[in-house]
Amino acid sequence: MCVSVFLALLVFTAITVWVAGLDLGPLNTPVALGIAVTKGTLVVLFFMGVRWNTPLTKTVAISGFVWLLILFGITMGDYLTRGWLGVPGR
Amino acid sequence: MSNEASVHEQSYLGAPHGLASWLLTKDHKRIAILYLISITIFFAVGGTFAAMIRAELVTPQGDLLSSDLYNKVFTLHGVIMIFFFLIPSIPATLGNFLLPIMIGAKDLAFPRINLLSWYIYVIGATVTLAAVFNGGVDTGWTFYTPYSSMSSNTSVTTAALGVFITGFSSILTGFNFIVTLHRMRAPGMTWFRLPLFVWAQYATSLVMILGTPVVAITVLLVAAERALHLGIFDPKIGGDPVLFQHLFWFYSHPAVYIMILPAMGVVSELVAAMSRKQIFGYSFVAFSSLAIAIIGFLVWGHHLFVSSQSIYAGLVFSIITMMVAVPSAVKTFNWTATMYKGAISWESPTFWIFGFMGLFLVGGLTGLFLGAMGLDIHLTDTYFVVAHFHYIMVGGGVMGFLGGLHFWWPKMTGKMYNETAGKIAAMLVFFGFNATFFPQFIVGYMGMPRRYHAYPPEFQFFNVLSSAGAVLLGIGYTMIVIYLIYSLIKGPKAPANPWGATGLEWKIPSPPITHNFSEMPVVTEEAYDYQHAPAPQRGVK
Repeated sequence: MCVSVFLALLVFTAITVWVAGLDLGPLNTPVALGIAVTKGTLVVLFFMGVRWNTPLTKTVAISGFVWLLILFGITMGDYLTRGWLGVPGR
Repeated sequence: MSNEASVHEQSYLGAPHGLASWLLTKDHKRIAILYLISITIFFAVGGTFAAMIRAELVTPQGDLLSSDLYNKVFTLHGVIMIFFFLIPSIPATLGNFLLPIMIGAKDLAFPRINLLSWYIYVIGATVTLAAVFNGGVDTGWTFYTPYSSMSSNTSVTTAALGVFITGFSSILTGFNFIVTLHRMRAPGMTWFRLPLFVWAQYATSLVMILGTPVVAITVLLVAAERALHLGIFDPKIGGDPVLFQHLFWFYSHPAVYIMILPAMGVVSELVAAMSRKQIFGYSFVAFSSLAIAIIGFLVWGHHLFVSSQSIYAGLVFSIITMMVAVPSAVKTFNWTATMYKGAISWESPTFWIFGFMGLFLVGGLTGLFLGAMGLDIHLTDTYFVVAHFHYIMVGGGVMGFLGGLHFWWPKMTGKMYNETAGKIAAMLVFFGFNATFFPQFIVGYMGMPRRYHAYPPEFQFFNVLSSAGAVLLGIGYTMIVIYLIYSLIKGPKAPANPWGATGLEWKIPSPPITHNFSEMPVVTEEAYDYQHAPAPQRGVK
């Protein structure tokens, strides 16, 4: 299992390098982030053993990501709504 | 083997002897004492800076400290008091000492990591002190960018590195507490039989491990921007200064709850013990700790109302800020209901918790003023804010810490202190605190900005009052150090349960043996069963 995951990570790394040379326009960031998230998920589930661990460990792992989402999500809530009110004279 | 067993049956203070046995100890109780000594030293250092600030502000002119030096003094006062005193104060001292005993365990889950956390704290503190001796740092404890990352020519990187290192100490303590609570509770110690102090430590630990990494990375990014000119926070090179404020306050607002939640846990214990009554609404008090920890993570944007933060985001943050007051109020009402018709004993810990409740109430309610977007525009960066957060962090956090210290001192040291001195000190601190900080609400509302060494002459009356109060406060704190040290030398021996309190820690000798319990305790009763509690061993007055 570990070898398969390792090979999958190598393949995704090669894809990362390949995609970096392509111009996908607005999709550049989402594609790069998608590959990174997939690689991260593989590491957490298999190399860190969360897939086979207790519900408590899974809860701890998931809550870390939920908190990251809170940080990113609410911060973006500021950035994405700054222009709504408009700036006088602009 | 039998020799080792007998060592574990002796008082943790006496066996084994020698400095090395303390510096290499894995005993949670000794590590708590190491932390207690360390934070007391830093409290004295931070207090010295506070005294310099108050001395400067006696006159409207900036005649004692230059503006540059004044900037450094208030920055170091904040950095030291927050990162090296308030945050570790209750968790690393009372929490370290009591948490394993309260749940019936021999130690924390990872004793070596516990010692490591103290060493990391000492290293972080040493690095920060190096910044002090290397010319200081003048950014304010908040390290706001782009001033901190691009303009300040003081030791920002060193101070930030010290804070970064110390963060790991906090993370390790939180992680150790959480694992210990999940894995090492004694038979019969169910979650709903846990003392509320333990629930509060659990909630605090969640904040520590979820929030601290963010501030650690943030200060590291400031250092990276200073050293490598990466465009993260400085608009001149493509960064955004408001991003720093988001990242910083994502941790630093919950950090207030790292300071206040454990104090609330202390108050829950003391209110029940000093009223000799079961706590009113146990589960509400327990879950309100978790609610404060979780909601506390969603309100950070109220520190950014006057930055360029979107008004819509500000609106949401303002509403959630009002919500966080609810679980705090639940606690306050439940403590009051616990005392109602209780047999309140006027021992010195009672004085401290009454002080806590009064001061925390004022601090909490003035927080609602600042959480209201419109009013905050008027009050931002005035002395009103300074008064508010001192009422929470000192009036709440420090009063709670001192209440807990007075309550558990006989258990920790095996010695009783002078009760009259304890009561006088509590009153001196309470009245001194109010004299120091209440005038700051008024002068802040009148428009006096914080962080200046000179001010218009019409504000002098309030500032003189404030500085006079600080003298009282200083006398009160000094008194505590003196009579507690005196109790170690000349104090009468403490009985196992001087207050007649419930809880496993009061069923073992004072001071405890190295392994806490001779036999594994089995818990068969609910927490705070004061109907069946033993009588105080030194009498209720």
